[in-house]
Amino acid sequence: MAEKTITIDDVRHVAKLARLHLNADELARFTLQLGGILHYVEKLSELDVTGVEPMAHALPISNVLREDVAEESLPVEKVLANAPARDGDFFSVPKVIGGDEDSAG
Amino acid sequence: MAERIIKSFKVLIGVEVHVQLATASKMFTSAANGATNFGAAPNTLVDPVILGLPGVLPVMNKKAVEWSMKVGLAMGCKINRHTKWDRKSYYYPDLPKNYQISQYDLPLCGEGTFIVPLPDGSTKSVRIRRAHLEEDAGKLLHEAPGGFTIDHSIVDLNRAGTPLLEIVTEPDLSSGEEVAAYGQELQRLVQHLGVSEGQMQMGHMRFEPNINVHITDGDGKVIKTAITEIKNLNSFEALRKASDYEIQRQMQQWIETGSLGKKSTYGWDSSREVTFHQRDKEEANDYRYFPDPDLPVVEVSDAWLAEIKASIGELPAARLKRYCEVCGLSAVDAAIIADDRATADFYDAIIAAGADAKRACNLLLSHGKRLANERGVSMGKLPITPVRFAEVAKLIDASKLAASAAGAVFDKLLEGDAPAEQVAGSLGLIQSSDTGAIDAAIDALIAQNPKSLQDYRAGKQAAFGSLMGMVMKSAKGLNPKLVQERMKAKLG
Repeated sequence: MAEKTITIDDVRHVAKLARLHLNADELARFTLQLGGILHYVEKLSELDVTGVEPMAHALPISNVLREDVAEESLPVEKVLANAPARDGDFFSVPKVIGGDEDSAG
Repeated sequence: MAERIIKSFKVLIGVEVHVQLATASKMFTSAANGATNFGAAPNTLVDPVILGLPGVLPVMNKKAVEWSMKVGLAMGCKINRHTKWDRKSYYYPDLPKNYQISQYDLPLCGEGTFIVPLPDGSTKSVRIRRAHLEEDAGKLLHEAPGGFTIDHSIVDLNRAGTPLLEIVTEPDLSSGEEVAAYGQELQRLVQHLGVSEGQMQMGHMRFEPNINVHITDGDGKVIKTAITEIKNLNSFEALRKASDYEIQRQMQQWIETGSLGKKSTYGWDSSREVTFHQRDKEEANDYRYFPDPDLPVVEVSDAWLAEIKASIGELPAARLKRYCEVCGLSAVDAAIIADDRATADFYDAIIAAGADAKRACNLLLSHGKRLANERGVSMGKLPITPVRFAEVAKLIDASKLAASAAGAVFDKLLEGDAPAEQVAGSLGLIQSSDTGAIDAAIDALIAQNPKSLQDYRAGKQAAFGSLMGMVMKSAKGLNPKLVQERMKAKLG
């Protein structure tokens, strides 16, 4: 069985993507733990899935759709209630430098 | 060092377009859609799903799914019968959930072909790679409203969650002009289908061309510049100019430095009219796509697909063709009428009410246009019914109304609806086709003006015109065609 191994660089990369700051000890510990998890999940590859359609959802349901009707939004005070900082009726965030105007698309 | 020479080159441009759908509510929740509530006060189109609060669940907007299929079908795309939703994970202040719901490997619409008319009258066939549905992000602003400088950034989530259809072409376009033509034809299509307002200045359509050049150098060797993507262009002019600038920049860079550049993203500075480097794409974005467990899959049945297909109707290109080939309109006139759906629908209704196609076109483009301009509305929104337009057309063709008098009838019709013949009659504009009355008028005039008659018989053709003018003046509302006919018969 081909065993997947996870390197410390993989963990550093994933942590960066998740905006987590890990120290050297944590990096070593999580590399070991994540490796263990992957090894455990690797057991699944022992199954013969020839001819089994890949599934995208755990429930055997499809087409849960709603009609296009607009309903009342939250009052702006509630929208901003949990904001760490606000500026008027906007969320206030640290200055975004050098990025696009926004991440749209 | 050998001089770098470009023997020939081939430009390859593929385009990604984001189209905001004009649904009433958002993609996965019932908060009102920012695209159809442009200018709403900040953060007033927001609910717990948009905020990504714990425990909320997204539910698909049926109309957004159906409208996306409509666009896909109109672009000749294969509709995938089994599609799913994926989470595209990244951190940005305009994305409260820290992931965008999108479609990764099973987009709603697959490969297609879209025919784009070019300014020179030819057409270009553009292959569509895919079109998928996703949700828009919020808006991140770096200035306070009114343009005031602030030392932080601010976020308005009204746009967050707006249904967004991303359409991706193959690299089949080869100039700024072609890219702009593609954009304009796509705008016509989404407006025609009624799925997007397609207002560029409101961000309803945002374009990102991907550009590179295959250069054949002095030795006949083909070398390829790195692909650059120009982000977020939202006018056709910017699309054309930025694409052309980037093509030249890549070739110039190679000639001057020998560098083919790096895969990177560029922005467009519309005041200086240059592209500028934003960032390299060396490291492929790692979005960690995975299926969204909150959303069940979409299965498109034969019946559902047939229903959507039936709702599309005649597409703009087919309509334009029909106007030229069946209605006999000039290419210019046909294009003016077909350009705006309301006008084209109105025109078709006039023909359906029995008007001659060319006469209807002339009336619409002269009087319809004038009245619409005066009122600042589109021609299709004039308060005169197509039936009345057809009545006026028929009166003219039956020689009961002079074409030059149509304007007065339309002006009166705007004041109040009534049968066109009645309106023309009340204005004294109905022409008499009573040959007895016409003959009497001619005879009376000839008796009074023996000189003109002599001149005419002596071969002074101008006398015919002045005689006819006098006959027309002598009795109101004579049919000029008949007067001419009768005079010729009488004068020999």
